[in-house]
Amino acid sequence: MYFLNLKGLLLFHACLFLLVFGSDAICSDQYDEARRAMVKAIEADVRETSFYIDKKSLDPRVMSVMGTVDRHKFVPPSEQSWAYANRPLPIGHGQTISQPYIVALMTDLISADPGDRVLEIGTGSGYQAAVLAEMGAQVFTIEIIEPLAKKASKRLADLGYNQVKTRQGDGYYGWEEEAPFDAIVVTAAADHVPPPLIRQLKPGGVMVIPVGSRFFVQQLVLVSKDSAGSITSRQMLPVRFVPLTGDH
Amino acid sequence: MDKNTPSSKQELSPPRLTILLVSAMALSYEILLMRLFSIVQYHHFAYMVISLALLGYGASGTFLVFCRQQLLNRFPLVLIGNILLFAITVVVCYLGGQHLLFNPDEIFWNNRQWLKLFALYLLLALPFFFAANCIALAFSRFRQKISAIYAADLFGAGLGSIFTIGLLFILFPQKLLLLLGSIIFVIAMVAWLELRLQPRWQALFFIGGAAVLFLLPSAWTDLAISPYKGLSQQIRINGSRVTEEKTSPLALLTVVESNLVPFRYAPGLSLAAESEPPAQVGIFTDGDSMNVITRFQDDISRLTYLDKLTSALPYHLSQAKDILILGAGTGSEILQALYFKSASITAVELNPQVVQLVRSRPEFSGNLYDQENVRVHIGEARSFVSGSRKNFDLILLPMLDSFSSAGAGLYSLHENYLYTVEALQDYMQHLAPAGYLSMSRWIKLPPRDTLKLFATALEALARLGTEDSGNHLVMIRSWQSASLLVKKSHFSPEEINRVKEFCQQRLFDLVYYPGMQQQEANRFNIMRQPYLYDGAVRLLGKGAERFKQRYKFNIKSSTDDRPYFSHFFKWRTLPEILRLKGKGGMVLLESGYLILVLTLFQAIAASLLLILLPVIVRPYVTVSEAGWNRPRIVAYFFAIGLGFLFLEIAYIQKFILYLGHPLYAAAAVLAIFLVFAGMGSQYGQAKQIRIKWPVAIILGLGIADLIAVNHLLAAFNWLPVPMKIFCTILLLGPLAFTMGMPFPLALTEVGTDAPDLIPWAWAVNGCASVIGAVLATLLAIHFGFTAVVLAALTLYGLAAAIFPGRYKLKGGRNAAG
Repeated sequence: MYFLNLKGLLLFHACLFLLVFGSDAICSDQYDEARRAMVKAIEADVRETSFYIDKKSLDPRVMSVMGTVDRHKFVPPSEQSWAYANRPLPIGHGQTISQPYIVALMTDLISADPGDRVLEIGTGSGYQAAVLAEMGAQVFTIEIIEPLAKKASKRLADLGYNQVKTRQGDGYYGWEEEAPFDAIVVTAAADHVPPPLIRQLKPGGVMVIPVGSRFFVQQLVLVSKDSAGSITSRQMLPVRFVPLTGDH
Repeated sequence: MDKNTPSSKQELSPPRLTILLVSAMALSYEILLMRLFSIVQYHHFAYMVISLALLGYGASGTFLVFCRQQLLNRFPLVLIGNILLFAITVVVCYLGGQHLLFNPDEIFWNNRQWLKLFALYLLLALPFFFAANCIALAFSRFRQKISAIYAADLFGAGLGSIFTIGLLFILFPQKLLLLLGSIIFVIAMVAWLELRLQPRWQALFFIGGAAVLFLLPSAWTDLAISPYKGLSQQIRINGSRVTEEKTSPLALLTVVESNLVPFRYAPGLSLAAESEPPAQVGIFTDGDSMNVITRFQDDISRLTYLDKLTSALPYHLSQAKDILILGAGTGSEILQALYFKSASITAVELNPQVVQLVRSRPEFSGNLYDQENVRVHIGEARSFVSGSRKNFDLILLPMLDSFSSAGAGLYSLHENYLYTVEALQDYMQHLAPAGYLSMSRWIKLPPRDTLKLFATALEALARLGTEDSGNHLVMIRSWQSASLLVKKSHFSPEEINRVKEFCQQRLFDLVYYPGMQQQEANRFNIMRQPYLYDGAVRLLGKGAERFKQRYKFNIKSSTDDRPYFSHFFKWRTLPEILRLKGKGGMVLLESGYLILVLTLFQAIAASLLLILLPVIVRPYVTVSEAGWNRPRIVAYFFAIGLGFLFLEIAYIQKFILYLGHPLYAAAAVLAIFLVFAGMGSQYGQAKQIRIKWPVAIILGLGIADLIAVNHLLAAFNWLPVPMKIFCTILLLGPLAFTMGMPFPLALTEVGTDAPDLIPWAWAVNGCASVIGAVLATLLAIHFGFTAVVLAALTLYGLAAAIFPGRYKLKGGRNAAG
């Protein structure tokens, strides 16, 4: 009797195993479809968070680019099946590729026009840089972790993103030779905004910083420099949630 | 088999030393696992995994129900086999577990993580399973000596807690893991000799095994710290290298220096800051939460960044001469006070090794802790403040997440006595007439900490008899940090002008000052709405209670009885957050609390399985009528299992403030409880005792201790530490002594009525202990520790009522044989 139970238990775990590993797999020829589904998921998220981001939809150019860039080419082979799921993925070296919705939101926030000079601190996989390049921006991107920097640089070149200039090193002092920038994206966590980056921002420029852990963005901070050089910041919760209820 | 049988089976007495040592190692391993998993993962995760792993105790009881007789026939070899398996699994299961690379952050969308978690549970339960087998087998084999075995078990656990905490000062956790494995091998030798197995020289083999285990290559035992923790991220950067490590039961400190990419740590730095911090050395606590030692070489002008933090505000309001810093850490606040030329700085820091690290770099740190106007006190902040007779112009609580829960490993229940209403009252009573209390916190969105701190300050002011509390408070914020100032007297118009000027120059926002208008809020760092100002005004208004009730997070002030400052979770908000799960809403979850609830559910589900499995498989056992049948065993052993843990946990907490150190208090109280309970168990064996007496004494002493402990801090805080410990022994010793009796008294009777059910009773008690530990914390969060004590006493009362009436006299009869 005891052994019968044991057999049953084994069978149950075998089923569980199949269920877990079989559920999310996406075949390689379905990437296009998956990408379209991802764009729809982003649109739905944007509608949900319109309260915080003050808009019901993102710039159509951003959405079109999100439907163009091959995200699966920016993730490790082991994660490719999930490349278009609307969530962050590990890319090795303790780093992640951001959730597509956050990438879209950040790209929209800096609203890069063709020819704009954009500095990115934290290249990671290179996906955000590719999205910005597709928007027509001239992208300068710095990655501090050497193996990641090399891999991203090669990947961007292989995929034909020649307008992206890459560099391996410390992003704290920005990219002095190429400054000033129309926009700066700080994708690496920061405990404060480096003063040199604020100096390298053009009047009228914006900087966007996601705050949180590698997997969860808690808030987006948008730092703006107006034409007179005055600085303000705006905090956005990337989720529709109002803490006060009732007669607020 | 014949060769290994004891020389004189009839005279065999229980292997008490073996049981004591096995039990000591099991508790040591539990504490060490907490430490190890706090380093490689995060402490609340460690708590969840290890709580469930302890169900290995319950599993052992269940397992023995099925094969008790077969194993008892070969008792000596089975015992030694289990000890050896315990030794091996202690090392192998941990190393296997850490290499599973479980990532809790991905669990909501990556199903592989669930499998990893399940595997981790199984791996970590194994060592406890084998350790518990040893004890439960001994209970079954020596049914007449249950009290003696239980006493050895408790003594051992008491010693084990002190043993690990002591050794963690000397050995790094990964080395201690090997040492524990080796010691357990040696215990197998002790068992061989204690059981008088022949030939005796074969016991030496176990020494060989111990040596092999201890000398495992260090590369095999390196800690696999999660790649998402700060230290792992830092050492991937070219030029970064670990230059020093220090271990203690409080934390593993790792010093990292970088010659290529300097550290620049200045949390909350103003957007208007033009200069960055000078060179810094990073210090990571348990592989995360970085702090820095900043280069300071008398050139104060290099430190201008310290004036661009929200915490600089009080220095702009008056020239504070006498400053107290609670949680000085690596010295950033001392530097700030020096920058503002404060005449006298008193720095309190819990972890002496942090201070040593700063002192051992005198040229770099500019002898920060040994400046002539800086005095260091190593100890717990609350205890220092309440023992101080001095008043200060400024008391600072820096932006450390929680200074007193730095020992998060053993002490991972998140109690924080620094931000309770009583704590704030105490700080304010130690302020000079025009002094300020300044507290800085990270800002969370939606606001939580900051509003809770504001509410706590208001309640403390009210308890001190202040009628117009609003005139005593000022709060400002940057985009990521907020500072709350509480003044003993009113803020003057001139001070308020300085606050406005300070904020204007640094692009900080005003959150609250007496007389502030809404349009002044939310100017530079713009939130969707001026949530913080609105919240502060509501908290000051008449509808404050209603506001707190309706707010979606728990912002009611914490107290010494419910010291959970960081508990913001409300069940009411959970459905909304879950609806937003796929849309980034998970960041709103206060995962610590939910993990605790999840742990409780897991423990209950696994316990039900472990307890019911023997009943399902063998529905009928022979029991004498009206004696210890199954329902009675479940009810009784569950009640005393929960009751024991409730009292132990509640009194550890109650004595922390008095003993003045979270970790040592926990270790001391735990050891007192276990050692005295062991003595009680031994005593119960020798005397004829009616169950109602120990229970009556437990009820009486439980209440008396509860009343006494609340007055200890006020009345006897001046005593030196050894005397404080003596007071603790006087109060808790008799209670624990009596609490050692109910378990063996009943188990001895179970042994007479239904010997087959001894392991099952052990399983029930093991499960109850695990559930008890988790439930005690949950009860404390909601109702306070006083309620936990009262619940425990009720459970003991119930246990007495359940005890079968026909057996009023026990213990001695069976002991006599």
